[in-house]
Amino acid sequence: MLAFIIRRLLQAMLVMAVMSGLVFLGLYVVGDPVSMMASPDATELERDAIRANFGLDKPLLEQYAIFMSHAVRFDFGKSFLTGQPAMGLILERMPATLELAVVSMLLAGVVGVPLGIWAGLRPDALSTRGIMTGSVLGFSLPNFWVGLMLIMVFAVYLGWLPASGRGKTVMLGPLDLSVLTLDGWRRLILPACTIALAKAALIIRVTRAATREALPMDYIKFARAKGLAWSRILRVHLLKNILIPIVTVFGLEFGQVVAFAVVTETIFAWPGMGKLLLDSIITLDRPVVVAYLLLIVFFLVMLNLVTDILYSVLDPRVRLQAAKA
Amino acid sequence: MNTLTNAAAVADLVPLPPPETPWQRLRREFFANKLAVMGLVLLLLAVGVAVLAPWISPQNPYDIGKLDIFDSKLPPGSKDAAGSMTYWLGTDSQARDLLSAIFYGLRTSLMVAGISVTAALIVGTIVGLAAAYFGGWVDALLMRIVDIQLSFPSILVALILLAVLGKGVDKVILALIIVQWAYFARAARGAALVERAKEYVEAAQCMALGSTRILLRHMLPNCLPPLIVIATIDLAHAIALESTLSFLGVGVPVTEPSLGMLIANGFEFMLSGHYWISFFPGIALALAIVGINLVGDHMRDILNPHNAH
Repeated sequence: MLAFIIRRLLQAMLVMAVMSGLVFLGLYVVGDPVSMMASPDATELERDAIRANFGLDKPLLEQYAIFMSHAVRFDFGKSFLTGQPAMGLILERMPATLELAVVSMLLAGVVGVPLGIWAGLRPDALSTRGIMTGSVLGFSLPNFWVGLMLIMVFAVYLGWLPASGRGKTVMLGPLDLSVLTLDGWRRLILPACTIALAKAALIIRVTRAATREALPMDYIKFARAKGLAWSRILRVHLLKNILIPIVTVFGLEFGQVVAFAVVTETIFAWPGMGKLLLDSIITLDRPVVVAYLLLIVFFLVMLNLVTDILYSVLDPRVRLQAAKA
Repeated sequence: MNTLTNAAAVADLVPLPPPETPWQRLRREFFANKLAVMGLVLLLLAVGVAVLAPWISPQNPYDIGKLDIFDSKLPPGSKDAAGSMTYWLGTDSQARDLLSAIFYGLRTSLMVAGISVTAALIVGTIVGLAAAYFGGWVDALLMRIVDIQLSFPSILVALILLAVLGKGVDKVILALIIVQWAYFARAARGAALVERAKEYVEAAQCMALGSTRILLRHMLPNCLPPLIVIATIDLAHAIALESTLSFLGVGVPVTEPSLGMLIANGFEFMLSGHYWISFFPGIALALAIVGINLVGDHMRDILNPHNAH
């Protein structure tokens, strides 16, 4: 188990090093960030001062070496745009994105798992065909399209909900959360539904497939032969056994949601880190982009690791092997 | 003896229908599903409109000289200032006829998606076949790259790539190829591993045929059907991805707007009640994606050997 975790962490480090190098080089090639930072009528002398201030006058390799030597000490440089520490900027936005992702995934699970089980139990029913067609729509329609339609209906046409922003938040320890206020919920619900629709569609598919696989199994037949109530069979025998694929999808999709939040956050002007990334890409704010990517890679690898560890907790038959990593 | 001749005589009288070819079976099963047929109609309609856009559009939406700024943001069904033309779907903020803009937008969207999926299919298939055929460190290296790439959300990779590459239709296509080839590589490798274990490959190897020849002439044709199904479904994915990128403002340039860009252009006017500028391109986008998915989904069902009757 320990070897497995260490191996995964080393892998993550390698990926992070390669990624940061590529992005560093890529953004270096794209353009001169000084043109973004200096005022248009700045003299060449002033530009040089800015360059020297951010260490941009050094050769690329040296810049990268300096960046990495700082990065291992969790210092990812300062934003070219605001001069604040890049990682601080991102961490400041992180609670908003994580909150949105958690609420969306919970929503997707609450809707997706029961519908998936229902579809698995009644493969030929009309309702199942409706659910499955709906799920095709759910994951094939682009995210921004769904968000747009929700805004059109609920914000513009019906006028029930606000279309943008995060509203009032309440500090809970280090996190500022909007799930604790009514205004927060009113603003959270549309972006959360936008993401949840796509994820629920996927969870329905996975749950349905797992249910159909589990139903003909002996333990289900035996439980029925014992005369157990259907509700108990579903809750205890079926649900426990179909959890593994569902947990996998949950884990992987949660990572995708955090990374994919770029789109939803842009539409709903949600002040999360996805929006920050997009803005930083457009303004060539290299430290923020690189820091964001390093964070996301680390996060995705951690998430995969936790998902894998969860397997062995959920299903004692699964044993983690160091060699398998 | 007597019964036997009788049976033969009966067989002569009622000729058996000729055996169904695989192609006929495919066609019969495809058309048995109404949703899939509907999807095919949508898909053909979208492709038809995209190809014929310059000839069937009421107006060339990118000929600035033809646009009259007084016609901007007209609701659907309005007449233009001269009264000679009806804007069935309204106009956008630059007085473009939306119906024409959608036709042209569909053209860009489908072209970008079509080219990128085809190229990704070719690159991915070659990589996948090579990995399966050569095995060993080639396989390990290629598949590790695929694994790493697939662990990143495609939108993120495309976004970073476009930030580096800049704007342009060719750059969007390149970014989409880079994001998508890995799916095909993995699928092709899976299919090729199955084929490689079969006797005909062994036979070809015994005849001392070159690896390229065995790969391309013997294994490739047998691996293609599942890959083509994936490509069909991936086409919808590519359209969605391209429109998302264009919506975010890092995709196609303003001179060749796709559906995603039309939607983005209308988004700022949506809150002021000019819903149609975003809504109709959005509907066109959704119909194209849904059509492709319905066709692809059903194709996968009938080509899946587990479901063969």
